[in-house]
Amino acid sequence: MINLAGRDILHGWGKFLFTGVGLGLLIGVTLSMAGIYRGMVDDGQVLIDNSGADLWVVQQGTLGPYAEPSSIRDDVWRGIAGLPGVAETGNAAYLTMQIEHAGKESRAMVVGMEVDRPNRPGAPAYLTAGRPVLAGHYEAIADELAKFKLGERVRIRRHEYEIVGLTRRMVSSSGDPMIFVPLKDAQEIQFLKDNDALLNERARTAANPAFNRPGVPGLLEAVQAANAQSRMVNAVLVRLEANADPEAVAAEIRRWKRLQAYTKVQMEDILVAKLIATSSRQIAMFLVILSVVTAAIVAFIIYTMTLAKVREIAVLKLIGARNRTIAGMILQQALGLGLIGFFVGRLAAGLWAPVFPKYVLLLPGDALRGFAIVMAICALASVVAIRAALAIDPAEAIGG
Amino acid sequence: MDKTSIPAIRIEGLMKRYGTGDAAVDALKGVDMTVWPGEVVGLIGPSGSGKTTLLKCLGAVIEPTGGHMQLSGETIYDGKDGGWRTGDLRALRRDRIGFVFQAPYLIPFLDVTDNVALLPMLAGIDNAAARKRALELLTALDVAHRAGAQVSQLSGGEQQRVAIARSLANHAPIILADEPTAPLDSERALTVIRILNDMAVQYQTAIIVVTHDEKIIPTFKRIYHIRDGRTHEEAGEGRPL
Ligand SMILES: Nc1ncnc2c1ncn2[C@@H]1O[C@H](COP(=O)(O)OP(=O)(O)O)[C@@H](O)[C@H]1O
Ligand SMILES: [Mg+2]
Repeated sequence: MINLAGRDILHGWGKFLFTGVGLGLLIGVTLSMAGIYRGMVDDGQVLIDNSGADLWVVQQGTLGPYAEPSSIRDDVWRGIAGLPGVAETGNAAYLTMQIEHAGKESRAMVVGMEVDRPNRPGAPAYLTAGRPVLAGHYEAIADELAKFKLGERVRIRRHEYEIVGLTRRMVSSSGDPMIFVPLKDAQEIQFLKDNDALLNERARTAANPAFNRPGVPGLLEAVQAANAQSRMVNAVLVRLEANADPEAVAAEIRRWKRLQAYTKVQMEDILVAKLIATSSRQIAMFLVILSVVTAAIVAFIIYTMTLAKVREIAVLKLIGARNRTIAGMILQQALGLGLIGFFVGRLAAGLWAPVFPKYVLLLPGDALRGFAIVMAICALASVVAIRAALAIDPAEAIGG
Repeated sequence: MDKTSIPAIRIEGLMKRYGTGDAAVDALKGVDMTVWPGEVVGLIGPSGSGKTTLLKCLGAVIEPTGGHMQLSGETIYDGKDGGWRTGDLRALRRDRIGFVFQAPYLIPFLDVTDNVALLPMLAGIDNAAARKRALELLTALDVAHRAGAQVSQLSGGEQQRVAIARSLANHAPIILADEPTAPLDSERALTVIRILNDMAVQYQTAIIVVTHDEKIIPTFKRIYHIRDGRTHEEAGEGRPL
C-alpha cells in the first residue's frame, strides 16, 4: 500500500511547507515564552551561584535581600565571622536604579561589595575583561548587558565611576545588569541624603531639646555625625568551610544573632518560587492560550485541507478504501504539519532568542516536551477533519 | 457474450424512494434488468429518469428501498429479506464493481500508474504486483507511455482511459459507466466505447453505459430505456466500431 498522506503532501509540498512555516512561527513564539520563563529562573539561579555565598544573612522577618527590603548594621558580620564553619563574610548592598549614560537611561542593579581582599563573597565570580576593583572608591565592574566599555566613566548619583572590569550573566532577578561598586560607595548611593536633606535634618536635630541639651557640649555634633553617616547594609553574604553544614550554621545565626539566615536551597525557593511566582503564572497562562490557539489553527488548517479533498475522499471510499485508511491519511498529514511546525519553531526561537532584552533559555527538555505537546495537539486537531471526512458520502463521487 | 452462463447482473422490481412523506421521490419504481458477462448494454433515458440512481443502487453506493439484486448469481440485495446481504459494502465495491464517471475523477496526488494500482493495493495486493497489473491495463488501453505522468498532464481522453483502466484493475465482473463520453469529442467518445467493448470481451466483464450521446447509442447491441423509474428493453443497432 502506498502512503496516501505522503503523496498528497509531496504533490502540494509548496503549500504544505508554507503552512508549516506559518504554524512554526507560532510554535516558535510558544517555545520562546517557555524560554523566557526558563531565563527568569536561570537569572535567579545565577544570582545565587555567582554571588559566591553559601548563606545570606538578612534582617529578621524579611525575605531579603532580593525579594524584600532588608537592612542590617554593617558590623554584624563580626559576630558571624567568628562562628564555627564560617570561612569568609562580606557585606553587600543592593539597589536597583535608573542609570543615565550616553544620553540613554537604563535600569541596573548597583551592588556594593567589599573590596579590601580579593574573592570576598558578593564580588563577581569571574571577569570577561579588565581587572577587579582595587581602589576603595569610584571604580566599577559592569555586566556586559549594560553595554558599558572598559575605561568609560559612568555617573551614578553624585559621583562618576570608572568601568575597570566587565563580567557576564550577573543580573538581578528581574534581569537587569549588575554594576559592582565598592561597598562604601554603594552605602552612600543607597543611604546618604542629599545636601538639602542633610541641612534640614541637622536643623531638626538641633531643634530637638533631647539632642541639644545645654551643658552637654558635643552631643548635638555627635548625633548629627551619626545621622549623616551610613552604617547599614542589605545583607551579609557568608561563605562556609567545605565541610560545614549550611543548615546548622544558618540555625545558629538565627538563634543567637536575631537575624534571618537563608541557605542556597532556601534562597532558590525565594527567588524561583516566590519572587517570580506571579510572572511564571502569567507566562503559564500565555502558554495555555498559545497552545489553544495552535490547536485551533491546526484544526482549521487540517479541516480546510480535508474539505479541499472531498471529491478525492469520495472516490477513495467508492473504490473501497477503508475509513482507517482515510483517517490515517488525515492524521499523518496533521502530524507532518506538526513536525514541520516544530522544527521551524525551534529554529525560529533559537534565532530570535539573542535579540530579546532579557535572557531566553531554550532547554532541550522543554523542546522535547514541546514536541510531544505539538504532536498531541495535531492529533487532537485532526479529529474534526477526520469526522468530516468519514461523513463524506461515496455517492458524491458519482454525482447526480 | 455467453447466455448459457449465469448473468453478471440480474435486477428484479428494484425500487428506490428518496426522502419520506410529502417530500418523497420515487426514482425507481420497479426496474428489471439482466446483463451478461462480456456484454456492453446502453442505459438511456431523459434527465431525471433515474439512470444515476440505478447505477448507485447497483454499485452498492445507496440502498434500494425494495426489489432484488443479484451479481453473478449471488443475491446481494433483497428488499423482502433485510436489504443488503453483506455488511461490508466497501469490499463489495472494491472487488466486484468498477466505476467510470462522467469526469475521470482520478486522484490528483498519485501518478497515472498508482491511480490504477491503488485498487489492487486496497485489496491487499503488494505494490509491485499491483503496479505490474496497472501497467498491463495501461498498455491494453494504449496509455502506457503516460504511466509515470501526473494526472494533470494528461488530456481528457487519456484521463478517461486511465479511469477505465482503474475500473478494470481488480478484475471486477461489472463496470458501471455514467456518461463516460460526455467530456469527449465524438471521435474520442467512439474510441472509449470501442475500448469498453474490447475490455468486455477480453475480461468477460458486464458493462452498463449510461448515455444520451446520439453518436454512440447505435453501437449498443442491447439498450435499456428508462422512463419515469421503469425500464424496458430494446435491441440496438449494434453498429460495428
Ligand atoms: N439524493 C436525492 N434525494 C432526493 N431526490 C433525488 C436524489 N437523487 C436523485 N433524486 C431524484 O430522483 C430522480 C432521478 O434522479 P437521477 O437518478 O439522478 O436521474 P438521472 O441520472 O436519470 O438524470 C430525480 O427526480 C431526482 O430529482
Ligand atoms: Mg445522472
